[in-house]
Amino acid sequence: MDFEFSAEQVAIRDTIRELVQDRVAPRAAEIDQTAEYPKDIEKLFAENGVLGIPFPEEYGGISGSSVTICMGIEEIAKACASSSLILAVQALGSYPILVAGSEEQKKRLCPPLASGEKVAAYALSEPGSGSDAAAMTTRATKHGTEYVLNGTKQFITHGSVAGTLVVFAQTDPTADHRGISAFVLERETSPWTVSKLEHKLGIRGSPTAQIVFEEVKVPAANRLGEEGAGFKIALAVLDRSRPGIGAQALGIAEGAFDYALNYVKERKQFGQAIASFQGIQFMLADIATQIEAARHLVFRAATKVDTKAADLTKVAAMAKLFASDMAMKVTTDCVQLLGGYGYISDYPVERMMRDAKITQIYEGTNQIQRVVIARALLR
Amino acid sequence: MDLEIAPEHASFRDAVREFAQGVVQPHAAEVDREHRFPHEAIKGAAESGLLGLLVPREFGGAGLDPLSFAIAIEELAQACASTAVIVDVHTSVGTEPILLFGDEEQKRRWLPRLASGELLGAFALTEPASGSDAASLQATARRDRDGYVLNGTKVFITNIGHAGVYVVFARTGPEEKAAGVTAFLVPADSPGVRVGQLFHKMGLHGSPTGELVLEDVNVPTANRLGGEGQGFTVAMRALDSGRIGISGQALGISQAAVDEARGLMRERGHEKSKGDSDVLYRLAGQGDDFSLADMASRVESARLLAYHAAWLCGAGRPFTRQASMAKLHCTDTAMQVAIDALQIAGEDGARQGSPFERHLRDAKALQIYEGSNQVQRYVIGRDLLRG
Repeated sequence: MDFEFSAEQVAIRDTIRELVQDRVAPRAAEIDQTAEYPKDIEKLFAENGVLGIPFPEEYGGISGSSVTICMGIEEIAKACASSSLILAVQALGSYPILVAGSEEQKKRLCPPLASGEKVAAYALSEPGSGSDAAAMTTRATKHGTEYVLNGTKQFITHGSVAGTLVVFAQTDPTADHRGISAFVLERETSPWTVSKLEHKLGIRGSPTAQIVFEEVKVPAANRLGEEGAGFKIALAVLDRSRPGIGAQALGIAEGAFDYALNYVKERKQFGQAIASFQGIQFMLADIATQIEAARHLVFRAATKVDTKAADLTKVAAMAKLFASDMAMKVTTDCVQLLGGYGYISDYPVERMMRDAKITQIYEGTNQIQRVVIARALLR
Repeated sequence: MDLEIAPEHASFRDAVREFAQGVVQPHAAEVDREHRFPHEAIKGAAESGLLGLLVPREFGGAGLDPLSFAIAIEELAQACASTAVIVDVHTSVGTEPILLFGDEEQKRRWLPRLASGELLGAFALTEPASGSDAASLQATARRDRDGYVLNGTKVFITNIGHAGVYVVFARTGPEEKAAGVTAFLVPADSPGVRVGQLFHKMGLHGSPTGELVLEDVNVPTANRLGGEGQGFTVAMRALDSGRIGISGQALGISQAAVDEARGLMRERGHEKSKGDSDVLYRLAGQGDDFSLADMASRVESARLLAYHAAWLCGAGRPFTRQASMAKLHCTDTAMQVAIDALQIAGEDGARQGSPFERHLRDAKALQIYEGSNQVQRYVIGRDLLRG
C-alpha cells in the first residue's frame, strides 16, 4: 500500500499549484461573476503542459495517469471549479479515443489535444435522455465513407469551445443501446451548431451547451470501435472520468475549508477567536475528517483506473458519490463558519458552495452512482 | 392535546395562500433574476393587511397571534422567500420592539404607519466586528441637549434603503457590554443616515441587504425605546419571536421544494422507459421515493416544532428555547430539503431561474441570520443545563 505521489507527480503538482496561486485564484471571482469561459486560463494550461496530462508520451502528452489527472483537477478546483473543468473535460473528451481508438486514430487525434491546441468535449446526454443514456435519438446514417449526423445533445460541457467533440449516436435505432456508436467530430471538417448556452447555479465560467447536428458529415475513419460499441465505450469512459469529478469535489471542499479555517482563527467574537469555541472546533474536525476520507477514496479509485482493476466501476462510482456528497456538505458548513460574510460574494465560499452542487449531478447523478454500486454488490 | 390547527387559522392560511400564489409567486423568478425589490408583492401585502399582523386593532393592525404570523410567513415563503423575509423583518424585529417596549405616545405615532405599510420597518443590531457577539457593539449614542447623537456603522441590514424607520442599537453608557446598550427609533430620512455598501448575496436577491451608516444623527429622546441600558433586552426579546418568523420562512421554502420535487416525480412516473433501462429506472426511482419520504417527514416535524413555539409565545409562556429549536431545525431542514430536491430534479434543476436552484441559494441564509444556528445551539444548550 502506497499513499504517496511519485517524485514526478509531486513536481507536476507543484507546478500546477504555483500556476493556480499566481494566475487562476486571482481570476476566480471574476470568472464566476461574468460567467465567461476563461480562454486565458485555457491558454495558460496549454502552454504549461497541463492539458497534456491526460495523454501518454507517445501521443504527445506527459502522463496519461488517472492519479496525475485527479491531482491536477484537485489543485485547480481548490481555487476555481470552473477552471478545473478545463482539465477534467479534456480528459473526459479524450478518454473515448484513448480507450477505444485505433493506433492510427490515437496518433492522429491526440497530439493537438495534448498540446492544448484544441480542447475536447463529450456529447452523450440529450434532452430526453439523461440518466437513461440508451434512450438517445441522435442518428448517424452511413453514406459510403462517411456518416451523417442528426440530433440534439444537451448539457454538453465545453461543447461551445471545443475543437474536438466525441458524439454518441444511434447507427441502428432498432437495436436499443446495442445500436449506439461513437464518433470523433473535428470542428473544421464536421462543424456543429450551438443552439443554447445554459445559465447555471454554479461553475458559471464553464460553458454548458445544447448542440444541434443537422446533416453533419463525419468520416467513417473517425468512428471509434465497431458500430454498436458506443454504449460500452461511454460506460468505460465514465468509469475512468468519475474519479476526476471526485477530485474536483475534493478540491472545491479543500478550497472552502482552507479559507474558512483561516477565517475562524482570525474572526473574533466574545473577545476571542471563534476557533476557540468547541462548537466551531467540532465542525472543523468533522470537515477535515470528511475531506480526508474522500481524498483517499478518490485516489484509490484513480489507482484502480491506472491498474485497470476488476472492481474499477464500483470504486469509481463510490469515489464520485462520496466526494461530491462530502463537498456539498462541507461547503455548506464553510459558508456557515463565515456567517453573514459567507453568504455574500465579497468572499469566495458562497461561490464554492454553488459550484459543489453540480458534482452531485453530472457524469451520472448520485442516484445513478448508487444504482451502479448496488448492481456491483448484487451481481 | 390537539395538534390540529383551529378553523380560523386554517381559513387565514387559505386567504394568505391565495394572495401569495396569485400576487407574489408570479414575480418570484424575475425578482431573483433581476435582483429587484418585489414592489407589487409588498404593496399587495400592505393592501391585504399583511403588514400589521401582530399590531393590535386599536393601532390599525390585524391583532393576530404569533401562530398566524408563522403561517403567513410560511405561505409567503412558499411563493417567494425574498418577499417573506421583507415582511418577516418588518413585522417582527422591525415592529415588535415598539409593541413590546414602546410607550403610548410611540405606539400611537409609529404603529399605524407600520401596520398600514406606509413605513417599512428594519432592525439594525449587527456591526462588522459584532455579529453573534451582539453585546460588544460599538455604535455610540451621545447625550445632547434635546436627545442623542448617533454614530456608527451597521451591517447586514435587511430592508436597507426601503425601510422608513430603523430600530437601531447603540451604546449610551460606559458600561461594559450589554448594560450600556440602548434602542432607538431612527427615521430613514434623518440627516446623517445613509445607505453604505449593498451586499451581493448568494440568494434572497429580492431582499436588499447592506450597510446602514449613521453620521452625527440627531435622535430626540422621544425616539428612545425603553430606558437607557435596556436595549439588549429589547433586541433579545425581538429576536426570540423573530425566530418564529424565520422558522415559518424555512417551512415555506421546504414545502415549495417538496411540492416541486413531488410534481416532477409524478410527471416522470408517466413517462415510459424502454428495454434494459426499466431496471435502472425502477431502482433509481425507489431511491428518489425514499428521498422524498425523508424530505416530507423532516418538514412535517419541523412544522410542528415551529407551531408549538408560536403557540407558547401566543399563550404568554416561556418560549425562548422552543423558538431556538424551531429556528435551528426548520432552517437545517430547509437547507437539506433544498439540496435533496435539486438532486431529484437533476441538471435541469441547476439551471438559473429554476425554482430548485433558487430554493437552495435562498435557504442557506436562514441558517445564518437572526442568530446563526451555532447561536441557537448555544441558547438551547445553556437553557437545558440551567438549574
